[in-house]
Formats: sequence, structure tokens, C-alpha cells
Amino acid sequence: MPTESRLSRIFASRRVLVAYLCVGDPSLDESLELARACVRAGADVLELGVPFSDPAADGPVIARAGARALARGGGLSATLRVASALRTESDVPLVLFGYYNPIYVRGEARAVDEAADAGIDAFLVVDLPLEEAGTLRRLAANRGLTVVPLLAPTSSPQRIEAVRLAHAEVPMDFVYYVSVTGITGAAGVQAADAGTKARTLREALGLPVVVGFGIDSQEKARAAGQQADGVVVGTALVRAIEEGQSAADRVERVSSLIALLRQGLDGT
Amino acid sequence: MLPPRVSPSGTFGPFGGRYVAETLVPALDELTSAFHTIVFSEVFQTELRELLASYVGRPTPLTRAHRFARWLDPEAHFLHRLYLKREDLCHTGAHKINNALGQALLAKKMGKTRIIAETGAGQHGVATATACALFDLPCFVYMGAEDIRRQAPNVGRMKLLGAQVIPVTSGSSTLKDAMNEALRDWVTNVRTTHYCIGSTAGPHPYPELVATLQSVIGEEARAQCLALGSLPDAVVACVGGGSNAMGIFRAFLDDPSVALYGVEAAGDGVASGHHAATLTAGRIGVLHGSKSYVLCDDGGQIQEAHSISAGLDYPGVGPEHAWLKDSGRAHYLNATDNEALVVLDKLGKTEGILAALETAHAYARLRDIARDLAEQRGHPVTLLVSHSGRGDKDLETLLTRLLPLLPEPTRAY
Ligand SMILES: Cc1ncc(COP(=O)(O)O)c(C=O)c1O
Repeated sequence: MPTESRLSRIFASRRVLVAYLCVGDPSLDESLELARACVRAGADVLELGVPFSDPAADGPVIARAGARALARGGGLSATLRVASALRTESDVPLVLFGYYNPIYVRGEARAVDEAADAGIDAFLVVDLPLEEAGTLRRLAANRGLTVVPLLAPTSSPQRIEAVRLAHAEVPMDFVYYVSVTGITGAAGVQAADAGTKARTLREALGLPVVVGFGIDSQEKARAAGQQADGVVVGTALVRAIEEGQSAADRVERVSSLIALLRQGLDGT
Repeated sequence: MLPPRVSPSGTFGPFGGRYVAETLVPALDELTSAFHTIVFSEVFQTELRELLASYVGRPTPLTRAHRFARWLDPEAHFLHRLYLKREDLCHTGAHKINNALGQALLAKKMGKTRIIAETGAGQHGVATATACALFDLPCFVYMGAEDIRRQAPNVGRMKLLGAQVIPVTSGSSTLKDAMNEALRDWVTNVRTTHYCIGSTAGPHPYPELVATLQSVIGEEARAQCLALGSLPDAVVACVGGGSNAMGIFRAFLDDPSVALYGVEAAGDGVASGHHAATLTAGRIGVLHGSKSYVLCDDGGQIQEAHSISAGLDYPGVGPEHAWLKDSGRAHYLNATDNEALVVLDKLGKTEGILAALETAHAYARLRDIARDLAEQRGHPVTLLVSHSGRGDKDLETLLTRLLPLLPEPTRAY
């Protein structure tokens, strides 16, 4: 089963570029357009970010985007509507990315059903460490979805082993390695070192590992991608959207950033 | 120091836990293990006890409030005696120092070289700045811009004590936003920094750690009551995150005859939607690392709390209170801004004690509590109140909000 998932297929085929969008920024309609633009420009996986009122793991760029998205009607339901729309036209893997409270308040079982119906492939919940994720992982597995675990520079060998055991119990598609001890948008990422770390983790876990946080240039995508299974672009994409002057300009900026990172990752 | 109440996995019934970014989990593991090995060690206990005595001024007295009790119940039909546990007489003017001093001492022993804190009313910020000055630790305090405005004296105190106060302008610019910002700092600097959380909130082990450090309030008060003859019929405390309340409740949890009441801030009234009465009107959710009651909408977005009192202006509450509520061991009521102002004024004029706005909320429900309990028990009751802090920090609010409501004082010779 896991080998047939959209996510495992993409990881088997190439170095994966994951694009994070804060859904609802600058509007729900535009998020759909921007998601399409990411895929056209070479993104392999979309992380659809559910904006949250209290984004304690995010830096100012994504926090501002979240506030704008909430003001435009963003949230769990709106993100799932955007996912459904994407799924009718594309087979791109979709990761529902966010904080736990919106999922908890919806009811985990209901959230999983709605996500599955919307064509979501996996959950990534930033404030739900493995110890608290058991129920969501089992419910998700029943509908063919997975929960992506995060590992950080501070994670001990025991925690890495806990991920391996959890994967043996309820399979996962991939692991998200947080490249820096910090919040999203942190500067000073050592992309090559993070890539090396990702490879070590892949060898220990037998799972693809992507590097996230601070990947904002072709060089960093290339450096991390030499050893990691993929990279995630978040803050840089959200900043491009924030700086765009019009809908067309935002599509243009997002497309060229994705294309650049794609080139970095493919080593061209 | 009382033994832990938390489960090994960090929960109180279905509440609590650790809902944080992966980066922080190892730091919370480290803190949990330091808490067990260091805080409960004889050496630490002796050192902390000595500091609490010689520096904080513990034990704090128990004061009998005669005149205020008679204002509440002139004929003593339902209220027999009223005792105040005087945390306002602690160094820095509130119970917050009990926790800050304990955590700073722990951080020092853990080898941490930098302390961060969030603060609402500024009392926890002042307490942390004080402890950091004493232990020679750099101190950074996150505070909402709105709270900086309404608790200006405490901002000045923190600065004079050598702390850096960092204004937070996101969200409602109050306590919850300060806590988000402190968490961001901690994720970034977790290897060197101890995050000194100011209430019984946050991820495990904080609710247990803070309750343990504050439980000195109830241990003293219980012994003081017994020395005066008997346990009280009920213990009453205001509840923001819940640390002064847990601090006084813990010693009485196993005394079935002692009823426990927490009073939350109702702002303009619970029905108005402008309030901070999380246990009364909230639902179960996850905020700042633990599962408890929260104020949030159907989409799971956290709502802004409203209270005249910066220290209670928080849309969450500690997980142990959620458990005490659901298990029925404690009862939770609420009081509006105006109700708090009225009793604050009366307490000042009958007892010569100006309470903090937070503390005043507890006094606002005493008459109702005494009346109900006296009816149940068939005799006038004795109440013990956690007098969590003094009102100096609130002068600005009191002069603008309370004084205009009052008649000019006229007293003919
Ligand atoms: C005097 C006083 N009482 C009570 C509180 C509320 O906090 P807690 O519920 O943790 O006791 C504060 C918070 O700042 C305070 O300053």
C-alpha cells in the first residue's frame, strides 16, 4: 500500500521539491492560482498551510501571511476546499500543513475524513510531536493517509529511533528534517550540512527525508538536495507573494522562484 | 514541597501533554528530568527554603478581614470568618516570585545562561527580572504592547532591575501573544536558554513545575489555619493561567471538607463575548503546548480574551484546572471588570489593603460562595482567599476607571 501512494511514487522518481503556501493569502482564489503555478513551474508536492491565530513556530513572514489569510476567510475548511479544487484537476501530492487546534476542535476522525475526501495525502502538524500523534496516525492510516513526522537538530538518537518504530507500526511516506534550531524563515541555514544530516536520517529510518526551513535560493536547494531526498520552500515563497504587486506579478514571482529551485535541485 | 500530581506522561486526566514543535521536545525532556532530580533534592530544597525566608519574606501572614467580612454579610448569617493569605507581602508584591525564584535557581543549576519570560500584568516579569538580578542571569521579558501601556510601573521596574522588555505587537498585543513570542525565542535559543513560564500553563513539565513551586502558599496557609483551630470551609482564588490558585489548592486537594473555588475574569460579562472566562465559556482545545479549555471558534482559531486585569487576560487556562473542573473537585465562577473594581474599592476602605485587579476578582464572588456553602452546610462558613498580589501596578487603571465611579470623600470633623 505505502509504495503505491502518490507521495512514495514521487519520492521514488526524483529529488522532490515541496512548495508551502499559506492558503488564503492573499485570497482563497489566488491561493488556488498560485498552487497551480507552483506545479506548472516544477513543484512536486504542495504543502497547503492552514492559517492559525497563534503560529508560535513561525517567523514574521509566515505569521503575517497567516493573519492576512484569516482575514480573508482562511482556515481548515477553506484549505480543504482549495485542496478539493486542486484534486479535481491534478494528481500532485497534497500535504495538509498546520497547527493542531483546528484539527482537534474539528474532531480528529472528522478532520481525517474531510481531508481524505478532499484528496489530501498526508498531515503535517507542527505542534503534534510523535508522542501525541498516535490517534491521528491511526485514523489517517485507515483512510490511506499518513502523518509526516518532524525531526530537528536537537532530536536525540532515541527520538530518531522512536520515529523508526512508529514507522514500523504505522507506515509514513517521508520525514521532514528541520534544518535549523529556530522558527520558519530563520537565516543562516547550512544547507549542505542539513543535506548530510538528512541522508544519515534516511539511512537510519529507511524513509525519504526532506530538508525544510531556510531554503530560499538555487544554491541552497542544490547544496541540500545533493544528499537529501528533497527540499521544502516556505518563507521565500510566501515573501514572494507578499512582495508581488498584482495577481499576475505574484504568479510570475512564484513561478520563477520555483523554477530556480527546481534547477538547483536537478543540478542544472 | 508537595509530591507531583501529574502522570508520568505529563497529563492531568485527559488534559496537559506536550503539543510543541519537535525542536523543543528534548529541552522539555531535559527540564523534566532536572525537575525530578534537582528540585526534589535536599540541597535544592534547603537553598530555596532559605531564599524564600530571607529574601521573599516567607511565610507570608494570614490576615483576618473583620470589616470586609461584615460588609459582605453584616449579620454573619452565612460568613463566619474570612482569612487572606497575604501573597501581596512577598518581595515584589505578588505570588509570582515563588515560581520565578525556583525556576531561576533550577536554570542556574542546569547550566543555562539566559532566561526568557512572558508577562501579562508584569508581575511575573518583575519577579523573573528580580530573580535574574539575584542570580546574575541575563533576562528578556516579552510583553504585549497593550499590557506595556496599562502596566507601565512594572515595565519601569523590570528595566531598573536590568531586564530587557521586548514589546509584542502581534494579535491582541496581550499575554497570549507574548507567550507566542517567547516560544519563538526559545525554539531559536533552546540550548542556552531557560524559558521561565509564569503560570501553570504550557507544555509538560511546566504546569507541574509551577504548581510545585507555588504549593508553598497552600502548605503555609493550611498549617496557619490549623494553628487557628480548623480548616476553612472553602478556599477561593482568582484564575488566569492558574498558578496562585493551584499554589493554594494543592495542599487542600485531599481534604474533602474543603471546597475549592476559582474565579475567572468575565470582562464585560460572559454573555457579551468580551471576557476571559475560559473554564466557564471555553471548549477543550490545545494552546501553548497543552490540552485544556481554551477560548476558540468553531474553526479552532484562538479568540482574544478581554479583561481589565492584564494578568487574567488570557484565552487559555492550566490543564490541572481543567481536570479539577471536569472531575468536580473544584468549582469555577467568574467576575466582571466592574464587580472586581467595586470589591477592590471596598477592601481598600475596610481593611486598608489595595489588591491587584487580578486578586480582586476572587473577592467579587465571596458573598455568593459563602451564601451557597452556608446553606449546604447548615452553618456560617469560614473562607480562605488567596490574596495573590497588591494593587500598586494598577494605579493608572484604578485612577481612570474606578475613581470616577466613586463619590467625593467627604468627612466632617
Ligand atoms: C497578582 C496576580 N494575581 C493573579 C495573577 C494571575 O495568574 P495566575 O492565575 O497564574 O495566578 C497574576 C498574573 O499576572 C497576578 O499578577
